[in-house]
Amino acid sequence: MSRDVAIVSFASTSVTNTDVTETQLLYPVVTEAIEQSGIRRDEIEFTCAGSCDYLQGAPFAFVSNLEATGAWPPISESHVEMDGAWALYEAWVRLQDGDIDVALAFSSGVSSRAVDLNEVTNVQLDPYYLMPLWPGHLALNALQARALLDKGTYTERDFAAVAARSRSDGRSVDDLLNEPYVASPLRAHDLPPVNDGAAAVVMVAGDRAKEVCSRPAWITGIDHRTDAHYPGVRDLATATSARIAAEKAGVGDGDVDVAELYAATSAQELILRDALGLGDKVEINPSGGALASHPFMVAGLTRIGEAFRQINENGCNRVVAHATSGPALQQNLVAVLSAEMNTLAAPTMNGVAR
Amino acid sequence: MERCAVVGIGQTKHAKVREDLSMAGLVREAAQRALDDAEMTWRDIDAVVIGKAPDQFEGLMMPEVYLADALGATGKPIFRVHTAGSVGGSTAVVAAHLVTSGVHEKVLTVAFEKQSEGDTTWGLGGGRSGSIGAGGYFAPHIRAYIERSNAPEYIGWMVALKDRKNALKNPYAHLKLEELTLEMIKESPMVWEPVRRLEACPASDGAGAMVLASEKVADAASKPPAWVHGLAVRSELGQFPGRDPVNPQGGRDCAADVYKQAGITNPRQEIDMAEIYVPFSWYEPMWMENLGFAAEGEGWKMTDEGATDFGGDLPTNVSGGVLSSNPIGASGMLRFLEAASQVRGTAGEHQVDGARTALGHAYGGASQFFAMWIVRSAKP
Repeated sequence: MSRDVAIVSFASTSVTNTDVTETQLLYPVVTEAIEQSGIRRDEIEFTCAGSCDYLQGAPFAFVSNLEATGAWPPISESHVEMDGAWALYEAWVRLQDGDIDVALAFSSGVSSRAVDLNEVTNVQLDPYYLMPLWPGHLALNALQARALLDKGTYTERDFAAVAARSRSDGRSVDDLLNEPYVASPLRAHDLPPVNDGAAAVVMVAGDRAKEVCSRPAWITGIDHRTDAHYPGVRDLATATSARIAAEKAGVGDGDVDVAELYAATSAQELILRDALGLGDKVEINPSGGALASHPFMVAGLTRIGEAFRQINENGCNRVVAHATSGPALQQNLVAVLSAEMNTLAAPTMNGVAR
Repeated sequence: MERCAVVGIGQTKHAKVREDLSMAGLVREAAQRALDDAEMTWRDIDAVVIGKAPDQFEGLMMPEVYLADALGATGKPIFRVHTAGSVGGSTAVVAAHLVTSGVHEKVLTVAFEKQSEGDTTWGLGGGRSGSIGAGGYFAPHIRAYIERSNAPEYIGWMVALKDRKNALKNPYAHLKLEELTLEMIKESPMVWEPVRRLEACPASDGAGAMVLASEKVADAASKPPAWVHGLAVRSELGQFPGRDPVNPQGGRDCAADVYKQAGITNPRQEIDMAEIYVPFSWYEPMWMENLGFAAEGEGWKMTDEGATDFGGDLPTNVSGGVLSSNPIGASGMLRFLEAASQVRGTAGEHQVDGARTALGHAYGGASQFFAMWIVRSAKP
């Protein structure tokens, strides 16, 4: 049985074509998350950051992001070259040790300076057999969408419906279906925008979480898994690793009010709904998801932060958050957030002053 | 917190160019050896934790995505750590926490660098041309150390000679300089004053791997495990007025943390051997002070008196260290796994007699990231 750990605060930013550095984007976000938590900066016992040097085009780019934490005197800190959702996972693991109670996780990414982000994501592929074909995430995600259509369960109209709901920009499904393909069968609205951003969460273990936050979001389950990298050796129309992660995180153990899914294409949302076993009653991505805002390396942690908000601000009881890494949903993380603690008798949240 | 032990260790033969291996082949060579040593198969592993230094060194972004297949991670968690030069150590620390937290029981951790794929000096300059490289960056710190401590010039040459002689006993070491003499080091070209060419680490292709396990698994293992007694990381800002990059606070704090966890009050007396991150010869005396083995300004005397020699009272880098093999992302993990190998009594020709408590150490960035562990033959 895991130790009860809750998210007690979340802050984020997502902008277009920022003219500041990742560190500058991070600083106010980290500060806001800490101030919101009601916990002093020097009470944070472990910090984990996520980012990708390749986005800034400079090795060791992550080093300067340490400035956003004010790492002096020296802090116990680690960094993952992954989406911030995995930074949160490392911090959650560290809290499971039981010797510390407060952790900070954050991530950042400035993607807008790449002339073509697809050229950057191409460099994430197997360098010997796949990278030279230059598919990037775009072509692989399109192949995935095609594989999904070929199964016959969904149509391009379903893709457009996901896009229309996520973007909520007044265009109808029929309007969207009249648009040209970018990479068949995906149209512009099926693909995410390019954003720059940062996000931060503060996590607290045990009773301290209830002291600092009137309605913390308890992490009752969290797990991450990967699929094989080669697109030819797995069924792109399913997300096996997401399904396993969801089972391990206990998604099916109770009703789900809302799910925040990191779907970088409209087709991926449909694949994820099925993989996570989310029924029709589950509201998907009220935040708009990655189709509305897509700060690379931050979008996953943002899903978890939005899930926290659903519990903390909107009165939800059980919310699922998902993050992904790699092309075509190769690697997936699933977390279940709850208004109630895992191991102890559920305290009544009603009547507790904010 | 659960107990954690090293039950399997593997590393590649490190070389300037491993042209016989792809990146996947390189990590597999080390990982397969660690699994064989642990008497396990890929199927037994619960999770994989992989680390390496900047992705631009090989030109492959987030390589854990591509390496998932080679590391048998399909259907399992794979996790990627990047903390600059300290990453090999930090990666082992992250993997160990997966066990101490009770989340997993058998974790494979791997770190690698294939320096021959790219231009590391370019990378170390933050991707700008005209880079001064790591040596150029650290040389002023070394000069400051020499000025503060009044250490004689030959101390650096002694460290370089000692570590290269030690490497002759390590079958995995990259550099094998059998004919090397103090005179040759002294006469080698000055690269970054006061660092001469033969006082600097090589550029290597290589990988290191370990299987970390819970107490239950380690108790059932047929070979002796190395028990983790202390585990710590520290980070500090790289540049601000008043910071001391020669004897950084982060390193002192990190050491104090692992010693406290392991119940060590007199490190010089209680630690039998140390594997520390020495990419340029002078970092041996500098870290001896930072790690509390010597008083400030006295670290060089340990080298001078032979305390850090193979037969000294604190044998240091008997594997040959970073000065003999430097696959950057793996270099920290090699320190950690060599320390573990010593307390298991499996180090072979470079085994230190009676090593029961050992320190593994790594640092990175502008001497601002630290990772350390204390391992023992006895259970905590």
